Amino acid sequence: MTTDEGLDVTVRLRVNGVEREITVPARTLLSDALRHHLRLTGTHVGCEHGVCGACTVLLDGRPARSCLMLAASAQGHEVTTVEGISPADGGLHAVQQAFVDCHGLQCGFCTPGFVMTIAAYLEENPDPTEDEATEAIAGNLCRCTGYQNIRSAVLRAAELRRAEGTE
Amino acid sequence: MTTKMVGAPIPRREDPRLLRGEGRYLDDLGHDALVAAFVRSPHAHARVVEVDASGALDVEGVVAVYTYEDLLDGVDPDDPAVAVPAVAQPLPLLIPHPALTSPRTGYPLAREEVNHVGEPVVMVVASDRYVAEDACERIVVTYDVLTPVVGLDAARAAEHAVHADVPDNVAAHLGQEVGDLDSVMAAAPNTLTLELDVERSACMPMEGKGVYAIWNGDEDSIRVYTSTQAATSVRMAVAAKLEMAANKVECVAPDVGGGFGVKIVHPWPEEVLVPWAARRLAQAGIAREVKWTEDRREHFVSSAHERAQQQVVTAGFDDDGRLLALDFTFWHDNGAYTPYGIIVPIITSTQVLGPYKPRAYRCHAWSLYTNTVIVTPYRGAGRPQGVFAMERTMDAIAAHLGKDRVAVREVNLITPDEMPYDHQLLFQDGKPLVYDSGDYPASMAKIKALVGWDDFEAVREQARSEGRRVGIGLAAYVEGTGPGPYEGAHVVVETSGKVKVATGLTTQGQGHQTSFAQIVADQLGVDVADVEVVTGDTRRFRYAVGTFASRAAVMSGSAMHVAAGKVRDKALRIAADALEVDVDDLELLGGVARVKGTPAGGPGTEVPLATLAVLSNPLRYAFDTASQAATQFSVGDHSQPPVPEGEEPGLEATGYYSPNKSTFASGIHAVVIETDPLTAEVRILRYCVVHDCGTLVNPKIVEGQIHGGVAQGVGGALYERIVYDEHGQLLNASYMDFLMPYVTEVPARIEVDHLETPSPLNPLGIKGAGEAGVIPSAALFASAIEDAEGFPIRSMPLSPSDLFELRMLHADRTAAPRLEDDA
Repeated sequence: MTTDEGLDVTVRLRVNGVEREITVPARTLLSDALRHHLRLTGTHVGCEHGVCGACTVLLDGRPARSCLMLAASAQGHEVTTVEGISPADGGLHAVQQAFVDCHGLQCGFCTPGFVMTIAAYLEENPDPTEDEATEAIAGNLCRCTGYQNIRSAVLRAAELRRAEGTE
Repeated sequence: MTTKMVGAPIPRREDPRLLRGEGRYLDDLGHDALVAAFVRSPHAHARVVEVDASGALDVEGVVAVYTYEDLLDGVDPDDPAVAVPAVAQPLPLLIPHPALTSPRTGYPLAREEVNHVGEPVVMVVASDRYVAEDACERIVVTYDVLTPVVGLDAARAAEHAVHADVPDNVAAHLGQEVGDLDSVMAAAPNTLTLELDVERSACMPMEGKGVYAIWNGDEDSIRVYTSTQAATSVRMAVAAKLEMAANKVECVAPDVGGGFGVKIVHPWPEEVLVPWAARRLAQAGIAREVKWTEDRREHFVSSAHERAQQQVVTAGFDDDGRLLALDFTFWHDNGAYTPYGIIVPIITSTQVLGPYKPRAYRCHAWSLYTNTVIVTPYRGAGRPQGVFAMERTMDAIAAHLGKDRVAVREVNLITPDEMPYDHQLLFQDGKPLVYDSGDYPASMAKIKALVGWDDFEAVREQARSEGRRVGIGLAAYVEGTGPGPYEGAHVVVETSGKVKVATGLTTQGQGHQTSFAQIVADQLGVDVADVEVVTGDTRRFRYAVGTFASRAAVMSGSAMHVAAGKVRDKALRIAADALEVDVDDLELLGGVARVKGTPAGGPGTEVPLATLAVLSNPLRYAFDTASQAATQFSVGDHSQPPVPEGEEPGLEATGYYSPNKSTFASGIHAVVIETDPLTAEVRILRYCVVHDCGTLVNPKIVEGQIHGGVAQGVGGALYERIVYDEHGQLLNASYMDFLMPYVTEVPARIEVDHLETPSPLNPLGIKGAGEAGVIPSAALFASAIEDAEGFPIRSMPLSPSDLFELRMLHADRTAAPRLEDDA
């Protein structure tokens, strides 16, 4: 990371497996850098203060709220957005497929944040109970679905992952 | 392909795109546009004395700063000889009504006075939002602060006025009466009066509003993208405000991240200002694209709220609990302006009746100004308040008579043999309030069975023996859905055989790309995957009303059915000619027109839709191999014109659906709750829904709508409350402080049972489903908490602190001894 005499910083980070270098004003949030500088608009901004979780991305594999982080803080880190989790064959990630199967989304605005949160959760907890599925999504807001089908999608995604693992 | 698609719970076709992050919401567009931000009033009520923007212009990246003066464009607004530019005139009164005697609307930018915190005063256009906000901070607005009117008590007292020329703060007084209320009430064996209170909430879609405008200087035209529920109407409003021909304005609702009512209001100030600025900057040779994306705080303080009402209900009833007379008076807080008219109080005043039939009914509603954000429909739109009034009354009657709450409701239900039932009132669509169909006794029987109403005393006893306090409640509603005036649809079969469909109303997550495709697929005998649906894009369909009042499936669904039916008929006519058979011997299925009873692929017995599309358009010039079949040396009966009289080229049609009145969906919810004896928290043990929205186009989508409504209802009943202080400052303008439910606050499971009473008013028998889930919640939880606690609940929402205070108030009977017991 370098800072010129003004307020811009140059940040190097890996985004969805690709090395990127962006020069942005130092105060630029990671969410804005992803959306407006890298034009990865799948990461959404719902509240801008870390409450809703729509902007959740994976930072070195762990869920992080990109609206609470400066882009500069992502220097040298690996960022995964919703655009980066589908398999290379063009199919859907298990969590994405589970959302289709369970009607886990309506307007879709909060959805990428849920998908990233759940994807990370299942990496560490591949076989959640229903209560654990609730816990997994308890930090994200959705205004459309009433969460019933998102919780089902957590369990369904776990099932799909297990099936993938046994193939 | 003979499987009927209407009624099939197929997965949504829009999902993969949205799940991959390929949705295109407003702020995902226009990366190169200039960006707007606003200086908004920090005062609830003030005169704008002076705006000093000099500091802002020094900020690098700032392109323009606009105030009301700029909208005037040099015109003296007090000079009667010169027309004030439309953009400098007040925003439109969208829904005028004779009872709305003092309508007031704001200006796109404050003219001389601000009437709520958050009202836009100055617009800044800059290279990005960060810079625009820097500039906003440097703009100094001098205000002469006036006394604000906050809350219904202050509005009713009218010691101060919101608008100086409306000294009593009354925007509207609405009265309706059926039967001779006074004499029926006087003759009633029993009467009781309830004073009720419902507080403010708000839609809070996850995506706020946003507008992006592109001026095309070569054509003097503009394209406006906006996160709206009414694209066609925004188009007309922008044309009017920019004084442009409508055919020079296009409006597109891209993916919209939730609406729930707030985005039906239009044009928002920003929907006028962003296009206006784009044109102005383009004509100055500076830039031609401007975008504004609402942030969350802006959404709280400048987008609409809903719900707040004070109510007084007097009921006259016989000893069976039969409601003889209902006298309903309420005061409705409409906020600072009335752009959306008095739709919310009209709905409350009519839908209060629910599935019941009082012999005499009178309503007086006062819609009052306050120095707060405007109040316009939020999912349910006045119905939750009406249902609260009626269902609290039913419970109070039961308590008064010592009768079962269901038994009291049962003697009051409208029965199926009384359908259609005419309440002899005018509904929100200006049409008579006539219920078209429904079976309320069957719904009541179903909910009783589903929740186990008759066995609940055993549950209560069991809980009591464990030191737990539980309660059961239920609440019924009738929801007028699918109001007119109309919706339309265009269906075209392209020469590829693919079907492209458009309707003018918009989508905010309802899955229209799936459900409308199901309707069209059935008519045309094609695979749902071959039907592509576009909504809310005036480039594709220009005549529409909008998505509100649970009307999309009823209205555009029916229009889809009509338009696709016309295309089907045309395809069959062309196929009959081509195959030289009678039209009646043909059917459409599997993407072909085929002679009935013949096998697929049979010689001379079928024609693909794709070929019919080619043949439908007689050509002089072929554009590909398939289209050679339609050129003038290939086809044609020389005795006939190439396009027969009464026909049009193309395998396409436009269809409209315009019902004479709304169709009425209904339902009953029941809930079992447990109240914590110490913390007064309310825990939901069971949540049951019986719902009748007529024909289910896609049961999966309908259930999703119910789930979402229930969650918003739980929020509205137990958590969400917009809190203003006496100065008109919104105290909880963030997601941290305005408590929307997470998964941990909603029922673990929502048990749903459907009843399908088709509407006789439209071809598919559809009734609306979008809002239903939220409508009974306040009444429902009040009923259950009252049952658990043993004292009356008269105001909602009810926080644990509220419940705790009520316990203290009623301490001699209930809670305090418990607390001591537990200690």
